[in-house]
Amino acid sequence: MTDLSTFEPRVTAFVCNWCTYTGADLAGTSRLHMASNVRIVRLPCTGRIDHLFIVKAFERGADGVIVSGCHPADCHYTAGNYHARRRFGVFRELLTFMGIDPQRLTFSWVSASEGRKWQDVVNETVDRVRRLGPFDSYHGLAGAATAADDPFAAIEATAASSDAPEHRGAS
Amino acid sequence: MSDLQDTARRLLDEGTVQVVIGWEASRLGARPVFVTSADDCDKLIFDTRCVHNLATFLNPRRVQVAALGKAAVVVKGCDAKAVAGLLREAQFERDAVVTIGVRCGGVVSEPSGLEPPELTSANVAARCPGCDVREPASVDFLVGEAQPEPPVTTSLNERIGELDALSPAERFAFWTGELSRCTQCYACRQACPLCYCERCIVEKSQPQWIETSPHPRGNFAWHLTRAQHLAGRCVGCGECERACPVGIPLGLINRKLQQVVHELYGYTVTDDPAVPAPIGAYATDDTQDFIK
Repeated sequence: MTDLSTFEPRVTAFVCNWCTYTGADLAGTSRLHMASNVRIVRLPCTGRIDHLFIVKAFERGADGVIVSGCHPADCHYTAGNYHARRRFGVFRELLTFMGIDPQRLTFSWVSASEGRKWQDVVNETVDRVRRLGPFDSYHGLAGAATAADDPFAAIEATAASSDAPEHRGAS
Repeated sequence: MSDLQDTARRLLDEGTVQVVIGWEASRLGARPVFVTSADDCDKLIFDTRCVHNLATFLNPRRVQVAALGKAAVVVKGCDAKAVAGLLREAQFERDAVVTIGVRCGGVVSEPSGLEPPELTSANVAARCPGCDVREPASVDFLVGEAQPEPPVTTSLNERIGELDALSPAERFAFWTGELSRCTQCYACRQACPLCYCERCIVEKSQPQWIETSPHPRGNFAWHLTRAQHLAGRCVGCGECERACPVGIPLGLINRKLQQVVHELYGYTVTDDPAVPAPIGAYATDDTQDFIK
């Protein structure tokens, strides 16, 4: 079990290239402070995000997931976000019915100019997931976690033991 | 001679079809039969034991069935919805199949016996009470007498309500227990008339999206995917649950998603193939309460 006193949530964010990724980039270049617990996976469109991405993230150690893309009517591909909205509306209910707390999931629309909103989304999600605690019940479904199940653990162990500076300056 | 047998005989005699897919009596109650000769049409029956969804055999990838020639298929209301689903998804042309609809008053949950059992609240299939297609409308022929309403039993909706009232952790424990029995034999997929993909994602290994080792984590991924892929498509015929060798209540998941697409998008699965399925379509004003 994860030690609660040192628990840092791992949150995986699946974001669209055109709006949220650019918005997150803006948050970074604007030097907005936000939790560093989020790993971003950039995809062409929210319509490209399969429900299995979320499942796989939970399987591989995520405690929370963010799915974010362009606001309605802003999709670079015209309708990808509308399709995603239907799919995730259903999938969220399915996860809830199967006993996966929907509070571990955040769906949001963040445009390229909404760096501040991205900051809010990240901070709120990380706070919420921190309160919920580690998602051990899902991670442990296949028995005790092994190093192979937990690709982050090796990276974090390396980072903790190396002399690398904690913050690499903006390049 | 029943209407059903007469209709089948005429279709075979005229050469309209080369095979009639229906049910025959067997020691296990009833079983699917493929009638290719008009002389054999008196085998065909329809009664409370005829639970199987024969639309499954219309999947064009079932080459042994396709090799028999053009088919007529006997369908209950729920099976007619499956035929409509296949047509909606362009699996075959409307005139490639003849449908013989039967008026249905419900079937048993598990077929057995040499005589059709009287339906009671103890033996009726959980999906039957409250059925909205006891007389399929979109069929080529409609046969049989009007049937009484199926008896009332603990409905799927009530069991879903009980689960919904639990906390997420309790529901998770319930489903972990159920899914821990799954061996990923995929009988649920094979029995389903709408799980027809040439290559199922569970069989893709590079990358492997769904862990095929039968532990609950892989089983969750499989059942979440199966359910999500059937959202707004599942006709609720219950064949997956009947095929499951370890008794996982898949009907609950399917019915839950039927409720969800109805609540969110006002969609009810119908036997009219012209109505588009909810996933794959969209409206610009779809609900987005769950999106920040």
